[in-house]
Amino acid sequence: MSATRPAVSIKSLSKSFKTGVTALTGIDLEVRPREFISLIGPSGCGKSTLLRIIGDLIEPSEGTVEVNGKPAHRARLDHDYGIVFQEAVLYDWRTVSKNIALPLELLKWSRDKRAARVRELLELVELEGFEDNHPWQLSGGMQQRVSIARALSFDPALLLMDEPFGALDEMTRERLNLELLRIWDASGSTIVFVTHSIPEAVFLSTRVVVMSARPGRIAGIVDVDLPQPRTGRTREEPRFFELVTQVRELLAAGGAEVT
Amino acid sequence: MAAIAIEQPRRTRGADTARGAKRVALVLVGLAVFWGLWEAYRWIGERAGVTWPFTVDDTNMPHIHEMLRVLTKPLQPGGPTLLHYEWHWALFTGKEALVGFLLGGAIGFALAILLAHSRILRRGLLPYIVISQTVPILAIAPMVVLGLGTKGVEPWIAVSVIAAYLTFFPVAMNTLRGLLSPDPRSLELMRSYAASRNDVLWKLRLPASLPFVFSALKISATASVIGAIIGETPASIQDGLGGAIVNFNQYYSTAPTRLWATNIVCAALGLAFFAAVLIAERLILRRAPENIA
Amino acid sequence: MSHAVVQRRVLDWAPAIAVFALGIAAWQGLVAAFHVQEFLLPKPSVIAQTFWDERGGLWDAGIYTFKEALGGFALGSGLGILFALLFAAYRPLGTAFMPFAVAANAIPIIAFAPIMNNWFGLLNIFSKMAIAAVLCFFPVLINTVRGLTSVDPRSIELMRSYAAGRGSVFRRVRIPASLPHLFAGLKIASVLSMIGAIVGEYFGGPINALGVTILNASAYTNFPLAWAGIVVASAFGILFYGSVALAERLTTSWDPSRRDFQTE
Repeated sequence: MSATRPAVSIKSLSKSFKTGVTALTGIDLEVRPREFISLIGPSGCGKSTLLRIIGDLIEPSEGTVEVNGKPAHRARLDHDYGIVFQEAVLYDWRTVSKNIALPLELLKWSRDKRAARVRELLELVELEGFEDNHPWQLSGGMQQRVSIARALSFDPALLLMDEPFGALDEMTRERLNLELLRIWDASGSTIVFVTHSIPEAVFLSTRVVVMSARPGRIAGIVDVDLPQPRTGRTREEPRFFELVTQVRELLAAGGAEVT
Repeated sequence: MAAIAIEQPRRTRGADTARGAKRVALVLVGLAVFWGLWEAYRWIGERAGVTWPFTVDDTNMPHIHEMLRVLTKPLQPGGPTLLHYEWHWALFTGKEALVGFLLGGAIGFALAILLAHSRILRRGLLPYIVISQTVPILAIAPMVVLGLGTKGVEPWIAVSVIAAYLTFFPVAMNTLRGLLSPDPRSLELMRSYAASRNDVLWKLRLPASLPFVFSALKISATASVIGAIIGETPASIQDGLGGAIVNFNQYYSTAPTRLWATNIVCAALGLAFFAAVLIAERLILRRAPENIA
Repeated sequence: MSHAVVQRRVLDWAPAIAVFALGIAAWQGLVAAFHVQEFLLPKPSVIAQTFWDERGGLWDAGIYTFKEALGGFALGSGLGILFALLFAAYRPLGTAFMPFAVAANAIPIIAFAPIMNNWFGLLNIFSKMAIAAVLCFFPVLINTVRGLTSVDPRSIELMRSYAAGRGSVFRRVRIPASLPHLFAGLKIASVLSMIGAIVGEYFGGPINALGVTILNASAYTNFPLAWAGIVVASAFGILFYGSVALAERLTTSWDPSRRDFQTE
């Protein structure tokens, strides 16, 4: 495994929709393996679109995207990434275990292998005991944990997350932030994380990519040099506030209305 | 979609039986109330000589207990009871309805799967499927039975065809709606797994469509019984409930309770089909409880 | 409308039109090929001819039967709505009686048509209206109750926060929210009322009624006439359904869930 090949490589990317809206323009970005990158920007800046282009769920108008050294399309077919949305998108008719096992079923894993992996994942996201529950019996935070477990089920090198904690309350959010970092460390994957929240972006990431208002460009990238592993105290460090301010100023410069 | 509460307590055996008993009690009370209203209206109507909307007398409004009692009386002197006949007629009509239900359901289901995957087919066929729902299909019943009869097709098969036709459309429409119901997010998720169309069908669309399928089956259960009964009437098929209705209707003035009793049996048959689908639904379907006010 | 939009519309409908044309052509062709089939399934051209020849009588019969259906529809739906309002306003009443409504809907109500004929007289128009009314009552009742009672709890809470009384909540929230469900029930009822009228006539009715016409024609193996009658019945049925659908579109254009199928 080459240590220098980027996990995600985006060159001269732009995206315009049929409606005439230009969502993204001139995006160049490289994500190194095992990084935690946040994409942050005002509404409509195209960060979710960018995430979907990386995942080959939308096609770019111009430019190239490579994941794991392959074109994004190939990467999707090779199951090189897992995705987590803001809604948990769990299937009501499946139990928690079966929801997590869904991608493994599609990959034709044997029943035993699936069962073993599901057990590992339940431990990882701390949901042991809830194997046979149905999604509607779980709280929002728990549902998202199931969603994360599912995304990690086939151990992808890359994890794409589109505001996964956006629908949750602040306390659950902070707790899940810590959990996510623990999972990130344990799984060794690269994470591209879209968020609205500046503190969340700074807390979680190794780098924060700040995007400008539509049409989306990269307004700037902030290196987050806070020590790892991050803890609950990290949010109280002076350096944390400095970085948050840096991000905020970049956002404002990029045309975001920041109070 | 996110539930607020954490897991709900498991229902105990005791709670379930208590609820079931309560339901049964409620049904019995309701039937008793209906019985009471019927007899009360009769009593008042007879005394007061009510003639509107219809004259209240023994012929028009037999006692309910008389309707039930006639089942125990022989149909012909010295022969088996009416109930005996009704049972066999019900089985005959039930068979027609069941064959039609299964056939129509299977075809409707298969067609829906086909239409779910082809936009061209949808555009081509949907208008007709929708329009056919507004056509009084039962109006064709006499022709199908009489016509096929002249070609030597056994009457009960023709009747099954009618029942199948009535089942086909609700099942096709609802299954299609259900197959196309998954939201864009779910489909994106499947794309991220590079799932094949087949995978999406089996793992997402079909399970998502089940609630829709069952609501159609509940309608179809009744519709196929109705189709079977009505289908029998033009040709006066003697072996089924439809034929019995025609016969007893002819001799209504001499023995009104027989027609009423037959209607009660028809009702029971319809309910039996409906209940069977309900039970199947309860066993197969596991979905979130509705959040309604 | 711009050229592009017109073109789009035509393309959208092209497959359906193609199917229709193919269907008619196939019908005409197959019947010609299997000559014996004509007995049961006449050529469209023959049906059209018969329709034209008998158009006066068929039209009158259609109107008569439609009157039965319309009367039954009005009566049954009206009562259904009334009871639905009652059941929604007084919940205990609703919870007690709704299971019976559902059960009643599962019964072959049409089997009671002969009894209606006996009550009101074979030739009396009301006998068919009655059966149509009973057929319409239950679907409208069930759907309207569902519409009135399945409101998002948050809308109710919002109204309460404005100190709105129950009556106000009913008027401003429940009734508008129930319209889509009401119309779903009315659409079903429009179809059922026609069926009720025609099938009711199969058990006996005046000569100038559509159902009787169809039945007699079938019995005398005059299938072209029978089919012509079916076409008339279908036409009335479609028009009736279409009117209700139109009324729905006009009154509930705001409802996003009214789309029938998701566009991909």
